[in-house]
Amino acid sequence: MVEPQTEPVPRGRTGSPWHWLLIIPVVVPLLVFLFNSKNPYILGFPRFYWLQLIFILLSVATTLVVYRLTSGGRSGR
Amino acid sequence: MKDHLAEIIIAAVIFLAVSVVGFVAARWRRPTDMGHLDEWGLGGRNFGSWITWFLVGGDLYTAYTFVAVPALLFASGALGFYAVPYTVIVYPMVFVVLVRLWSVSHKHGFVTPADFVRARSGSSTMALLVAITGIVATMPYIALQLVGIEAVLKSMHVDPTWALIIAFAILAAYTYQSGLRAPALIAFVKDALIYLVIIVAIIYIPYKLGGWHKIFDAADTKFAKTHGTVLNAGNQWQYVTWALGSALALFLYPHSVTGVLASRSRNVIKRNMSALPAYSLLLGLIALLGYMAIAAKTVPIKTNGKPDNNTVVPQLFDQMFPHWFAGVAFAAVAIGALVPAAIMAIAAANLFTRNIFKEYIKRDATPAQEAAASKIASLVVKAGAVLVILLISPQFSIDLQLIGGVIILQTLPAVGIGLYTRWLHRWGLVAGWVAGMGLGVWMLYQIPNPATNHVHFGGSAFLLSNWFDPTSIGLDAKTQVYVGFVAVVANAIVAVLVTLICRAIKAPDGVDATSPDDYLADAGDSTPPPLAEDQLPEPVPTS
Repeated sequence: MVEPQTEPVPRGRTGSPWHWLLIIPVVVPLLVFLFNSKNPYILGFPRFYWLQLIFILLSVATTLVVYRLTSGGRSGR
Repeated sequence: MKDHLAEIIIAAVIFLAVSVVGFVAARWRRPTDMGHLDEWGLGGRNFGSWITWFLVGGDLYTAYTFVAVPALLFASGALGFYAVPYTVIVYPMVFVVLVRLWSVSHKHGFVTPADFVRARSGSSTMALLVAITGIVATMPYIALQLVGIEAVLKSMHVDPTWALIIAFAILAAYTYQSGLRAPALIAFVKDALIYLVIIVAIIYIPYKLGGWHKIFDAADTKFAKTHGTVLNAGNQWQYVTWALGSALALFLYPHSVTGVLASRSRNVIKRNMSALPAYSLLLGLIALLGYMAIAAKTVPIKTNGKPDNNTVVPQLFDQMFPHWFAGVAFAAVAIGALVPAAIMAIAAANLFTRNIFKEYIKRDATPAQEAAASKIASLVVKAGAVLVILLISPQFSIDLQLIGGVIILQTLPAVGIGLYTRWLHRWGLVAGWVAGMGLGVWMLYQIPNPATNHVHFGGSAFLLSNWFDPTSIGLDAKTQVYVGFVAVVANAIVAVLVTLICRAIKAPDGVDATSPDDYLADAGDSTPPPLAEDQLPEPVPTS
């Protein structure tokens, strides 16, 4: 998951492959068909509004996971 | 005015107390030498996770956002909610890109994005273009913060002219003295007040209005004709391209870069990319204040006979809250304007100092002279913003800011792509910038806005049918797209084509002063040479 640190390898030129996970919270909030409807309602909120607020949690979760997975190596300070 | 006396007194007292904090900030985390641009303009490059969270949050979510986004929902419905996906997708994108910018800036002592472009592309022309684009895009953004304060003043029935001048004079004075430390310290107060006001608002107001379903029902009724509480076939693509374009533009703005470069290490930025979306949640709830205003039948204040939708949120607060709490809320919006305005002025001043003053006027400027030039430039920038609002019109700054978002995007290939690859030729970057800029401004020029009686520069949504029949590629006939997005795509295409031509004719490419390892450097790897001249690539560390 993180490049081995035992040898003096040149640091990964492209960073960790885990960074590709970040595509999920960039793409999903732009998929209009997922949220462009009123039903179902939750707590009085139409889907358009509550689902897009949920995407904030998706973004937080993904960035946290990527941070955990990539900060174990040399940049873990 | 008498009805509003309690509001005015409370708002003024909080405002003044915060101003004192701004002056005291010069002593906070006291630097050894304030006469240095790293200290004045970047707060010593030493902010930890908490300060960065408050600073960048206070920087990106401006008073104007708090006023304009709900106003957009109030007037246009679902489209205004684009601010939520916009601020959701920005962090995962920023996470990887700005961390690289931080590293290379840490290594080489860059203060501005144009510093980076200068060293990376080896083109002083491109660096100058990036600096000018940044300054031109930032100035109306500062003026826009005044629009936020103005909206509050109107709701308290205070004559905005003198109050605005005094507020900005105070702001200018403590920014001059304390530099980036002032907005960093004030951001704590600002964010605490905003969170307080919004949490109260989203519990108290729906309670008074009879619940969230009543609020959404009222919005449904208002937009019944267009089904405007969800998107339609015509504005779906506008929603997507606007959110994406705005997200890309956000971290190209010099003030976001300033906030990020002031942090201590890569991990501070990475942690914040997970923590900053807390503000997006806040923004999403703030946006819904627009629908609450519909349900509460709030009437915006009229200016010159036309309703000024920017007053919707202050009017709603005035209508729903007890006077004393409305005063707190108004102070929150006004202070919310000061933090970003200060950071933007510092960012614009840094661009001027580093990429125009030092590059073209006084090449041998000492760090102390740089700091002095930046301090004066920050005063000029703020005076300019006040004059635009008072002498021309607030609408002018709103129009300019619209253009600002489109033009700042045109620095994407030089700054954003440049952080990853140097494949694009320096002339390709310049040609792409010219093409994107030309196309963007030309498209904006063609957009009318009947609501404000504008024939040109009336918005940022471009009807594709002006060019071709969108149904021919399977889109709705009324499909609109965000101008900035189209312009930056054209920019990138031109940059690639010109690069291919330059390679074919073997045009000389500039020298890259950075090495691949610089983009991964972290705090402690080496002491950054403070504001060093552009250096030759340093030898790659052996282990």
